[in-house]
Amino acid sequence: MLITIVVELKDQPGQLLKALEPISRLGGNIVSVYHQRDKITPLKRIPVEITIQIDERKVEDLIEAIRRNGVIVRSYNEVRLTATTSLLLIGHIIHTDLGDTINRIDSTGFAEVVDMHISMPQLNQPSTAMITISATSDDNLKKAIDILKKTCREKDITVIEPLELQ
Amino acid sequence: MIKIAIFGFGAVGQGVAEVLLKKREALRKLIGDFRVVAVTDSKGGIADEKGIDLSKALEIKRSRKRLPEGTTTLDVINSLDFDVCIEVTVTNIENGEPGLTHIKECLRRGINVVTSNKGPLVVAYKELADLAEKKNAKLMFEATVGGAMPIIKLVKNDLAGNEVYAIKGILNGTCNYILSRMEKEKLTYDQILAEAKELGIAEADPTYDVEGIDAAAKLVIIANSLMDMDVKFEDVERVGITKITPEAFEVAMDKGYTIRLIAEVDKVEGILRVSPRLIPIQHPLAISGTLNAALIKTDLAGDVVVVGKGAGSKETASAIISDLIELYRCRT
Ligand SMILES: NC(=O)c1ccc[n+]([C@@H]2O[C@H](COP(=O)([O-])OP(=O)(O)OC[C@H]3O[C@@H](n4cnc5c(N)ncnc54)[C@H](OP(=O)(O)O)[C@@H]3O)[C@@H](O)[C@H]2O)c1
Repeated sequence: MLITIVVELKDQPGQLLKALEPISRLGGNIVSVYHQRDKITPLKRIPVEITIQIDERKVEDLIEAIRRNGVIVRSYNEVRLTATTSLLLIGHIIHTDLGDTINRIDSTGFAEVVDMHISMPQLNQPSTAMITISATSDDNLKKAIDILKKTCREKDITVIEPLELQ
Repeated sequence: MIKIAIFGFGAVGQGVAEVLLKKREALRKLIGDFRVVAVTDSKGGIADEKGIDLSKALEIKRSRKRLPEGTTTLDVINSLDFDVCIEVTVTNIENGEPGLTHIKECLRRGINVVTSNKGPLVVAYKELADLAEKKNAKLMFEATVGGAMPIIKLVKNDLAGNEVYAIKGILNGTCNYILSRMEKEKLTYDQILAEAKELGIAEADPTYDVEGIDAAAKLVIIANSLMDMDVKFEDVERVGITKITPEAFEVAMDKGYTIRLIAEVDKVEGILRVSPRLIPIQHPLAISGTLNAALIKTDLAGDVVVVGKGAGSKETASAIISDLIELYRCRT
């Protein structure tokens, strides 16, 4: 799932690494890191907002590990995905690096592929997939669809969009 | 006395001629006396200011495949006195010809034009509309979009006062036939295309239909004439139906959807495209066979849906005749 963590870092070299190291160790993907320099705390710490994609069951361990590294975790929240739609893909979906196709959506930080139903093709025939994408808002859902369309154009995959985004 | 010239004597031109013959009396009551003073095809024509014998013209065209040589369309425009031209020559969406010249020359002389020919309108809608206004002539084109399905006059007359901000439609009967058959029979695109060719629903070279070119041309006419936009054919994002598989229908149906080729223009979202889309099975646009349909989104009336036969000589003639009546009804 997608979460944002806000940590407070001392303004010294090597601090960010302490916060990031457990993320990769626990198999999370860093989507974005945003230094809120304009919100420096009275104790001169810089709040940093980190958005990551990680297995839901590892979130508690992750927070624990970051704290053990001596970093203050101010808050962490699941990013709520409120807009969802399903699209159909037709083409050589698997042979054109499906992982990469999905990752281009998941790595946006505002949208992710929440469901995928692939109908297995006959040998060398194009396959079909129903892909469900969720995003943090309708606008971001549209952006995610545009990214998907662009990716699929590169890979010669036909995208069938829904008539309306529900 | 309304003097009519018919340019183009193929399926639609002949269909119009038949209706004019068959419904002569009913039409007279609606628009008053009329006579056809010329018909032309690509190689020749028949013209007489006193009126020509339409059934004989039909007979000649059908038995000899061509009208007598010697009279060209431009001769008719330049030398004959007539009030309205029915322009039903071949479509060319690249340069609009020969229809574009026919329409311009008629409008320039203050002659009203009724057409089913998309080409000139796709290439030069604004120019033609301006010319018509300047010359106090009328340009009527119900038959260019959706065949017998009413949409142009529906929006201009019955929905007058509304702002139309989006239209989503099925504007190509051939594609709709192929997709709805694939949905039912679970056969491949190629298999159904072969069937459609055999039935005369698809052309030998189906590119114009299946790549969404025809639908995109109609979308451009809709956007420019009904939504006050100024778009070109090249502005349409276009994906055809050739890559769609039976499995795609299976996967879609599992989730309660079917697939149709939808032409969509949306002023608010900045959308102008023709592409296959997932449609909920109970949606009014989830229609089958060669039908056309359009969902018109307006500010006052809300959503309006129309469905009708999108092609065929009689159906297209219906739209042309309704334009003709609209032009002349008030005179009686
Ligand atoms: N058929 C439909 O269901 C339908 C529906 C909506 C709109 N339309 C449109 O309506 C128009 C006519 O369609 P159609 O099905 O009747 O096509 P068609 O059967 O191919 O007929 C086209 C006619 O145009 C004639 N023509 C070509 N160049 C000409 C010229 N310079 N001067 C006079 N005539 C010329 C052809 O002459 P020859 O006979 O000598 O070849 C032919 O008679 C097309 O623009 C089409 O896109 C058709």
